[in-house]
Amino acid sequence: MQKINRDVLIDRAISLLNSGQVSSVLGWRQGEFFYDVTPAVFTDENDIRENFVWNDFCGANFSKYLVSKTKASDGKILVFLKPCDTYSFNQLLTEHRFDREKVYVIGIPCEGMVDTGKLKAQVGDGLVSAQSTEEGLLVTTLYSDEPVNVDIKSVLAERCINCKSKKHVAYDELLGDEGQIEDSDRFDEVARIEAMSPDERFAFWQGELSRCIRCNACRDVCPACTCEKCVFDNPVSGVENKAPVNSFEEKMFHIIRAFHVAGRCTDCGECSRVCPQNIPLHLLNRKFIKDINGFYGEYQAGECVGSRAPLVDYNLEDLEASDVFEGRDTQ
Amino acid sequence: MQVNKYRPLIVAFCCNWCSYAGADLAGNNRLNYPADVKIIRVPCSCRVNPSFVLRAFQRGADGVIICGCHPGDCHYTSGNYYTRRRMALLFSMLDYLGIERERTRLEWVSAAEGAKFAATMNDFAEQVAALGENKRLEDLRCKR
Ligand code: SF4
Ligand code: SF4
Ligand code: FES
Repeated sequence: MQKINRDVLIDRAISLLNSGQVSSVLGWRQGEFFYDVTPAVFTDENDIRENFVWNDFCGANFSKYLVSKTKASDGKILVFLKPCDTYSFNQLLTEHRFDREKVYVIGIPCEGMVDTGKLKAQVGDGLVSAQSTEEGLLVTTLYSDEPVNVDIKSVLAERCINCKSKKHVAYDELLGDEGQIEDSDRFDEVARIEAMSPDERFAFWQGELSRCIRCNACRDVCPACTCEKCVFDNPVSGVENKAPVNSFEEKMFHIIRAFHVAGRCTDCGECSRVCPQNIPLHLLNRKFIKDINGFYGEYQAGECVGSRAPLVDYNLEDLEASDVFEGRDTQ
Repeated sequence: MQVNKYRPLIVAFCCNWCSYAGADLAGNNRLNYPADVKIIRVPCSCRVNPSFVLRAFQRGADGVIICGCHPGDCHYTSGNYYTRRRMALLFSMLDYLGIERERTRLEWVSAAEGAKFAATMNDFAEQVAALGENKRLEDLRCKR
């Protein structure tokens, strides 16, 4: 259950809207089903009262929307940001992607968001509703007579289980208490893969990446991917669409995608959240983050505005490319 | 006589100011290095976008080597420092995906180091030849 309830958010949104401080509100609205909560722009009080959603399914990170929304709007936009979203917000500001003056940020604490895939795996398909309780969710489905009690921990998204920070690094106003940077085990899985033999690693990634259908959702959602023209849309790039063979061609796409955001990826986890094929894209991003931390010193993208990303920086004493594998014996 | 003996295809990105001149010197001094090495001249090693390396593999290279001026000697002062970071991360990522780490290399070769250029290429070509064809990074879309 989220600490701050929906009414508090709605009250703030409506009062800011009515006082003229903001001209629109970026929030969540219910999609086709209760669990597919989608980002939406609200400008009307009644619409907000009826349709504004805030629950355990509000995974979407709004930071990226600010790039296009601030361009399209003259007035200020109110945006609700969870702690991890504020890192993306700062990173976008660092890259001068939108005008800070046009945004009013309300930070909201987050207790973790549900991974619908995990929920379905547990209670089955045909989800009808889910009610947040103290310990978890009370879920009704088409195929069970009784509502099922689900432990929230068992259905949290991976990125929430390994949450790196509950601290808002940017806001104009904060609802609830200031959070803390968390101790997370987010690099454990990367280390586990590193410890495999090259053949095992290759097989692992082939298994994961060859499921990719090249919908480009991971690119589209990523707050670090905001170029107006993208290499993946270039018809002569050789990586513009899905390889028409049952092979592992999509690896090129994935290496380029992950490299493009290396040093700028805040590990917000949006890419893995939106992937319809459940490809663990965070394991590619985190490999870069882990390496950057190890080679060039700890760096968290988006922690503060204006910091220099590791790939546009250098040190005279940086390690040589040939030393990268020193001390790693898996061969 | 052995026909059809496997020859690796090696792409060497060489910066104009040092390594390419180093290759020239190797030639002038009649130092041998394998003809399997195809040199692509770039203005500076940091011109090499990591996707160039991937593109080379995609189009059938068996090994890719990037050569630039020694740290401190880059014609543009700092280009090779950026190259060093990029390639360190790229090589590490390729390894993470299970691609043979011997297929990539970054080497500093000055204009005076014709001998080092030839020795590096001989060594790298041998190393890549030992691995055989690049299967893990090939891309059927790009094969003719
Ligand atoms: S690569 Fe994924 S985790 Fe990183 S910023 Fe983009 S969407 Fe977020
Ligand atoms: S979201 Fe998933 S399936 Fe779509 S392009 Fe990205 S990795 Fe591939
Ligand atoms: S000019 Fe040679 S590395 Fe920059």
